[in-house]
Amino acid sequence: MSDETRSGKAAGPEDSEPLSRYERVKLARHPDRPFTLDYIRILCSDWIELHGDRKFRDDPAIVGGWATLAGRSVMIIGHQKGRGMKENLLRNFGSPHPEGYRKAERLMQLAAKFGRPVVTLVDTQGAYPGIGAEERGQAEAIARNLQVMAGLPVPIVTVIIGEGGSGGALGIAVADRVLMLENAIYSVISPEGCAAILWRSRDRAEDAAEALKLTATDLAEFAVVDEVIREPNGGAHLDPDATALAVGSAVERHLDELVEFSGDELIERRREKFYAMGRWEDTASA
Amino acid sequence: MTWFRKEKQPLVAQKRELAADVWEKCEGCGAALYVRKLEENDRVCPDCGHHFRISAREYLQLLFDDGFEEEFGESLRSADPLEFVDSKAYPERIEAAEARVGAHDAILAGAGHIDGRLVCGGIMEFGFIGGSMGSVVGEKIARLLDAAVERSAPALIVSASGGARMQEGIFSLMQLAKSATALHRLAAAGLPYISILTHPTTGGVTASFAMLGDVNLAEPGALVGFAGPRVIKETIRQDLPDAFQTAEFLEEHGMLDCIVARQDLKQTVSTLLAHMC
Ligand SMILES: [Zn+2]
Repeated sequence: MSDETRSGKAAGPEDSEPLSRYERVKLARHPDRPFTLDYIRILCSDWIELHGDRKFRDDPAIVGGWATLAGRSVMIIGHQKGRGMKENLLRNFGSPHPEGYRKAERLMQLAAKFGRPVVTLVDTQGAYPGIGAEERGQAEAIARNLQVMAGLPVPIVTVIIGEGGSGGALGIAVADRVLMLENAIYSVISPEGCAAILWRSRDRAEDAAEALKLTATDLAEFAVVDEVIREPNGGAHLDPDATALAVGSAVERHLDELVEFSGDELIERRREKFYAMGRWEDTASA
Repeated sequence: MTWFRKEKQPLVAQKRELAADVWEKCEGCGAALYVRKLEENDRVCPDCGHHFRISAREYLQLLFDDGFEEEFGESLRSADPLEFVDSKAYPERIEAAEARVGAHDAILAGAGHIDGRLVCGGIMEFGFIGGSMGSVVGEKIARLLDAAVERSAPALIVSASGGARMQEGIFSLMQLAKSATALHRLAAAGLPYISILTHPTTGGVTASFAMLGDVNLAEPGALVGFAGPRVIKETIRQDLPDAFQTAEFLEEHGMLDCIVARQDLKQTVSTLLAHMC
C-alpha cells in the first residue's frame, strides 16, 4: 500500500459525526452538491470546453476540456449532472451514452499526445441503459476506455465527487490515484438496484447500502481509494468553494508526485495498482 | 492432473449414458429432441439451430485439442471481503454453487492447443452464480493473459455472464479495470485476443474483456448487452425492439465481427489465429 493511502486514511472522516451509509448515499445525491463544472469554475482558469466524439454527437452528460489547474495545463473530464429539471433533461441526469465515453477517450488521447495530465471527476448514477445506448455500444465504449486508460502514458488522477455508479463511473476512473470525497459513494450497483435483486424490494436499499460498503472510508480500507477528502460539516453542498479548494489541493499534490514518472513507469504502476484489487484465498498456499 | 480433469470424464460419460432415451424440448422451435442426438450435435437444435447452453468443460472439449494441459489459478477460492449477507451469506452461495456445478468459480483458465497451436484460454461458467465476475474470475483472467504474454501465445476467452458479482461489491467492479489492464499488456505485446460471446453476456463482462477482442465472435441468438433488457424496459418504460440485444442485432450495429455457429467455432478460431499469429 502506498504512502498516500496511509496519509489519506489518517485524514479520513473517522472523527466526524457518524452517518449511516445510506445517509451518505443521500448526501452524494444531494441536488445542491457541486458538480464537475462547479469545480472547474472555482479551481481552473483558461477553461476551454471541447465537445463531441467526432463519431455521432456531443453528449452533455460528460464534459471535458483544457484547463489550467494550479499553474498546470490539464485535461479535465467529468460527468455532469443538471441543476434543475431543464438542465437535467439536457444532461440526462448525468448518465452518459456511448458517445460520452468516446468523447472522454478522444480527450484522453489528446492529453497524451501533448503530454498533459488527465483529471477526471466522477459523478453519475451509471451509464444510461437505453435502446440507443445499446445500439451504439455502451459496453464497448466503456470497455475501450478501461483499456485506453490502462495504457495512457500521462498521469491520471480521478476524484469521486458524488455518485460513483458502477461501470459508468469506472469508464473514466482507471487512474494512478483515485481520491474520494467524504460523502461520495462508489459501488458496483446502486443500493436500490442491489436491493431489488437480492432482497426483491427496492425498499431495502438501506440494507443493501450497508452490505455493499460503498462509502469513502470503506473503500480507503479496501485500498481501492487512495485518499479521502474531507467535506465541510454537513456536506459539500453547504460550502462548494471550500470543497472545491480541498479537491484542488489534493489533486495538485498527487499530480506533483506523478509528473516525476515516465509514461512507461506510470503504465506499469497503474497495472500493479489494479492487479492488487481483489481478495481471494489460495488453497495451494494455505 | 488438475481437479477438473479428474471430475470431467465421469460427469460427461454419465450424462451421455443417461441420454439414450431422454427427450429435451427445444426452446427455439419447440421440437422434442433426443438428448443423445442433441449432444452429438454439440447441443445445437438440428431443426432450428437454437444453441442450448453448454458448460465450460464442454466448450473446452469443443475448442481445444486435448483440453487444458495446464490450468491457471485452479486453487483460488472466493474470499468474502465484504462479509456480505442478504437472504443468504455469500460463502453459503459459493458452497451451493460449487456443489451444484462441480467447479470452484465462474471461469476455467489454462493453456492448451487448438489445431496444434498453443493458446491461453478462459472459459466462463454461467452456471456458477450466473457467471458473475468476482476477484477469482478477475485474477484468473489476469493470469491467463499474463501467461499468453510470457509464452508469446494468443489468448481466447469464452464469455457467459450476468455481470459483476454484487456480493464482492467494489472488488467485483475493479475486476473490469484489472482485466482491461491485462489486455492492454497483451495488446502492447502484439498478441492476438479472440473474444467469444455466448448466451448470455451482459453487464460488467461485456463492459470489459468481452467487447475488447481483436476479433469479437458470438454464437447465434446469444443475448449480449450492457444493461439487461428488464432494466432497460423499466428505465425507458417502452417495449423493446424485436431481436434487441441478440448477437444478430449487435452484428448489425457494428459491435461484433461475426456470428459463428457452434459447430464451426473451432475451425473459425483456428483460421483467425493463423491470420493473426
Ligand atoms: Zn429447435
